[in-house]
Amino acid sequence: MSEYLLRAVDIVKTFAGVKALQGVSLDIRPGEIHCLAGENGCGKSTLIKVISGVYQPDSGYIEFNGQRYTSITPRESIAMGIQVIYQDFSIFPNLTVMENLAFNTELAAGHKFVNRRRMKEIAREALSKINFNVALDRLVGTLTVAEKQMVAICRALMFDAKLIIMDEPTTALTRKEVSALFEIILKLKAQGIAILFVSHKLNEVFEISERFTIFRSGQLIATGNTQDLDDKKFTYYMTGREFENVKFKPSFEADKPVLTVKNLTVPGAFEDVSFDLAPGQILGITGLLDSGRTELSLALFGLRKTSGGEILMKGQKVEISSPRDAIAAGIGLVPEDRLSEGLFLPQPISDNIVISEIDELAGALSVVDSKRRQAEVDKWVKDLAIATPNPDNACTTLSGGNQQRIVLAKWLACKPDVLILNGPTVGVDIGSKHDIHAILQRLANQGMAVIIISDDLPEILENCSDLLVMRAGLIVARLDPTTTDEALVLQHMM
Amino acid sequence: MNALTKFYRKDRHLSRLIVMTVVWLVFMAVTKFDKFYTIANFQTIAGKFPEFGLMSLGAMLCMITGGIDLSSVGVANLTSILMALYMRYRAGESASISGLMIAEVFLLAMLIGCAAGALNGILISKIHIPPILATLGVNQLLTGIALVVTNGKAVSDIPTTFSAVINQKLLKVVPGKRGAMMGLIPVQLLFFIAAAVLVWFLLARTTYGRKLYLMGTSEKVARFSGLKVDRLLIKTYALSGILAALGGMIMLANYNSARSDYGSVYTLQCILIVVLGGVSPTGGKGRISGVMLSIILLSLLEAGINRFPEISSYYITLIWGAVLLLVMVLNYFAEHPITRRAKA
Repeated sequence: MSEYLLRAVDIVKTFAGVKALQGVSLDIRPGEIHCLAGENGCGKSTLIKVISGVYQPDSGYIEFNGQRYTSITPRESIAMGIQVIYQDFSIFPNLTVMENLAFNTELAAGHKFVNRRRMKEIAREALSKINFNVALDRLVGTLTVAEKQMVAICRALMFDAKLIIMDEPTTALTRKEVSALFEIILKLKAQGIAILFVSHKLNEVFEISERFTIFRSGQLIATGNTQDLDDKKFTYYMTGREFENVKFKPSFEADKPVLTVKNLTVPGAFEDVSFDLAPGQILGITGLLDSGRTELSLALFGLRKTSGGEILMKGQKVEISSPRDAIAAGIGLVPEDRLSEGLFLPQPISDNIVISEIDELAGALSVVDSKRRQAEVDKWVKDLAIATPNPDNACTTLSGGNQQRIVLAKWLACKPDVLILNGPTVGVDIGSKHDIHAILQRLANQGMAVIIISDDLPEILENCSDLLVMRAGLIVARLDPTTTDEALVLQHMM
Repeated sequence: MNALTKFYRKDRHLSRLIVMTVVWLVFMAVTKFDKFYTIANFQTIAGKFPEFGLMSLGAMLCMITGGIDLSSVGVANLTSILMALYMRYRAGESASISGLMIAEVFLLAMLIGCAAGALNGILISKIHIPPILATLGVNQLLTGIALVVTNGKAVSDIPTTFSAVINQKLLKVVPGKRGAMMGLIPVQLLFFIAAAVLVWFLLARTTYGRKLYLMGTSEKVARFSGLKVDRLLIKTYALSGILAALGGMIMLANYNSARSDYGSVYTLQCILIVVLGGVSPTGGKGRISGVMLSIILLSLLEAGINRFPEISSYYITLIWGAVLLLVMVLNYFAEHPITRRAKA
């Protein structure tokens, strides 16, 4: 028995001339929790696919339990005890929990007829492995993301797994669900199962893993014990850049609030929300997923009907019943889900930037003035450093960070007095995250009022001049970020 | 890379349509040159295709929004029946009407089309009925009204001036040394060209066009971007209704009568033309050049086959269906190239 459960050594993988992996290595010990980190496109997913047998490496080899393989098939990989839980979990949403769990075993056993009793037993046994409680006859499509993940984990455990690879498992989970997942991971470790945990979130790497490996652009940058790693090193390994975390210091002087919200209520979402916001300030709003924080942003933008309360802009009461009204009043919203709410993904970057102000760029007969449009597009691409060779390319050609800059550009082009951002850096790489924070601080210091809604507490504490905590539809605390720490904020959130 | 391959690669879909059209034209030149390449033949084609060509333009706009308009034929027939009755009423005993009256009739027809289309748009945007059901329902409703009004019979005996005006050929030339003056351009074609230029202008140059494409990509993002989605939809279906009504007026002139079941094959034919022209049924994508080419290709195919007396005209549907499937299959392989797939 070797010291390592799995060794991937000097793996090279090329796609159409592009080296996705340039001779990377990864060692995993039996029963350890190992974190594989790196920015999008660094080769993490490619290596996972090599280990699980989906891709064949161009050179290098894989050692499992001391046995050396130059390439493996997916079947062999599963037989050896390697299980991958992908981001989409690869489960059937239209089938029940029981059917999903029993499916593979039934197929493997070659049963042609459905035997519900046998399936029920298989499913029960699978769930008992992590003491997960869910009704067997529920459709998987109706489960929450966290529950689906548990089903996927249970299914993985049925194959006598020795190594479970989780590809960014926390992306769509709430804070509570992440803690629950970590408990499960520790339980699995106690059973001697090794976990390869893929993530690019710093706090998760620190919280759960014993050892780490970091890739950048298809190369191995660092590997070692997590306790030797710190915040700064982690960011440097990930990006190759050093960042100063700049704490926001408001410098724009204003005495009157630009936005005043009085007793605003959306039935079933939040009640009696009041606050005011002066130009040059960044207001943070945080809370759990169901705290009403997202609905508040939608209500301010005219996408939720309010049943009471009022909104004042510069002291004047405004009626906001549609996004058009909100834009006219000077409010912009960078929505929570960039992909389904923020961007016309297959359409050109340029159109995405100008769409909300397009009527202003048109002349007689609403003909678009192509010169002015081009000037506007060029300006924002340059201003926000959107990395594209051609703004007429589709948004899909860009990374998450650059896509978020497009959404930001769209709203800045409308010159809002108040810019609301819901989760401004979700799914954005570290480099872009710093850039976006710098942009927001700059905008505030130029006199814009900014609202950041986020559950990324370091983000809120670093960038906001004022902080509201929401819980179950109510504002439960107003805190000063300079004198608050994460633990205190969490206390108010829970 | 020479200019030709560059052009081909710029828009492969469009290029394939051009290649097919050219191949068909060459085939006709080789086999039936004398019968196919006559001025009269091309005039017949150009007088006929505006009927469904106009409807297809409207269908294209609706499909770009991610919807569909199945009410074109219903709109066209009801409009032509009502206008036929109206013209009979206005002409009275004289059986002829003035040019001004023809303009008035066209204006009325467009109003009817606009109202019918707006009804589609309201059902879709305000009541949130899926476009396929809303327009199918409106089509049934309008066809039903047409049936009740006419008892299912054709409305004929319309003032001859109307048909004469629309069926005349403009741009008179004198062919050969002697002989009478002869027109070149059918009036129907002018209607189509005017409509096509208008639609091109709207799509390519105006804010309406940009908004239409983006809304077709995602209605939700459009709402989050502050676009007035409901108004855009109503406008678009109203425009489609107007185009369908004009198509109906061309049918009225071509057949010199109106009936509730004329052109019923056009409903699906228009959808197929639009898809063949490269408009994505899921919305947000498609150009007028593709739709124009597919209209022309279909017309040339139909006219060409008619030159072979031994082939029944029933074959046209078969050939048209085959062409359509061929293009879809080619598109599939263009988007999913068969490359050396890594062996799993």
